[in-house]
Amino acid sequence: MNDSNDATMPTVITDDLLSPGAYWTGRVGRGRTISFTDVEGTGGVSVLLYNAAEPSERYNAPDTVKIQNQIFLTAGMVLFSDMGRVLCSITGDTGGHHDTLAGASDAGTVDSASHGGTYQERHNERHVNTRDNLIAALGRHGLDRRDIVPPFNLFDRVEVEPDGRFTWVGPGGGPGATIDLRAEIDLLVVVSNTPHALDPSPQWATGPARITVLDRGPVATDPRTDPTPEQARGFENTDRLLALA
Amino acid sequence: MTDAPTRPMVPSSTLPGAAAPPTTDASVLVDETVRPGEPWTGVVPAGALLRIVDLEGNQAVDTLLYDAHDPTDRYSSATTVRDQGGIFLTTGSVLRSSEGGTLATIVDDTCGRHDTVGGACSAESNTCRFGHHTRHMHNCRDNFLLGLSRHGLGKRDLVPNINFFMNVPVTPDGHLDIVDGISRPGAYVELRAERDILVVISNCPQLNNPCNGWNPTPVQVLVHTATT
Repeated sequence: MNDSNDATMPTVITDDLLSPGAYWTGRVGRGRTISFTDVEGTGGVSVLLYNAAEPSERYNAPDTVKIQNQIFLTAGMVLFSDMGRVLCSITGDTGGHHDTLAGASDAGTVDSASHGGTYQERHNERHVNTRDNLIAALGRHGLDRRDIVPPFNLFDRVEVEPDGRFTWVGPGGGPGATIDLRAEIDLLVVVSNTPHALDPSPQWATGPARITVLDRGPVATDPRTDPTPEQARGFENTDRLLALA
Repeated sequence: MTDAPTRPMVPSSTLPGAAAPPTTDASVLVDETVRPGEPWTGVVPAGALLRIVDLEGNQAVDTLLYDAHDPTDRYSSATTVRDQGGIFLTTGSVLRSSEGGTLATIVDDTCGRHDTVGGACSAESNTCRFGHHTRHMHNCRDNFLLGLSRHGLGKRDLVPNINFFMNVPVTPDGHLDIVDGISRPGAYVELRAERDILVVISNCPQLNNPCNGWNPTPVQVLVHTATT
């Protein structure tokens, strides 16, 4: 898991391989890095983040993109909560192919597509949708559909034309693409390894995803140490929360 | 059909740029002016039309929609843009719910473009965007919470909203900006409720960027049953 950004070898805490259609959830402590890997370059990993201590505070896509004037997440950016705080820093990214706008698939989109299928037909290869996965994962923490907001979608790029229309670019990072998120507060993380809602592939298909939680030393690209003025104020809001706790 | 106003309303007919009302008074269920920086909430019955008029131009109107009978089924910006394949709202746009259903359809629009990406201003995001000195300025988050509280709803029910009359272009390389509006005095957008919907509006108080032309102004909310 080492790469050129590392000054020291990281310590792996957990390392999970998610099969296609699987979800993942965990509480990840402040300072730890969640490293996502698109093992086969197939895209389709949707993520939501919550303040573990107060889950009404959660990832906020509009604030994340408007505070940083950028819809494509990449190293050097941060993910903001709805409370003006930095939930995590993006400390590494090999692809830059991450979507913040197009949301999640749901039962309607998956059932209406030609790639539907029942549990009786497919058993555990059935085509689950992102929203149901997020609800199932959130349920483990006593949360429910009121807690769902638009997730961010790793490893798939969706561009916006001047007239506002989407252009699907899709996975471009290739096999082994990674993105690293370092928790800046204790986080509750939910992940769905399901195809992007706009993936036009006629086959509901995505490959495995790896989620590795690790402790690592300083990194080359770190918004905590080299923030924009807007990010700096977000970190100040985060630090104030930590100082008061 | 709507909540009693919590304060006196200014008759919209006395304001400059007010739109002509629809054909008969009997068809008008609500005709209120929402002062700048104030919330408005009301239930629009299925089949009725909600017209929001940008009376003086360049005024962002932050708007959320809920199923009036099950507010956990609510407007979803991501589902809306996913299903229409693009981020701007105008005539023909279908406003989707988090459960994948339809809350409302935009049936008329004299502005031409409305935002789905920028969300609402808040005390907290203002500190990041404009400086810690802006924390105590009035903001849409407060308006939304006040409006939602009238219906027993709260922060968990706050999701990314529509910004009527707000202009947020995005370039193919991902850059976005909240820029001068393309609206003008008297421009309006009209929604047809596809089920009974609870509408929560913040007539945006933002003073720190051009989303309101640096000068928040009143808007008219008209709920009626006449076809246009």
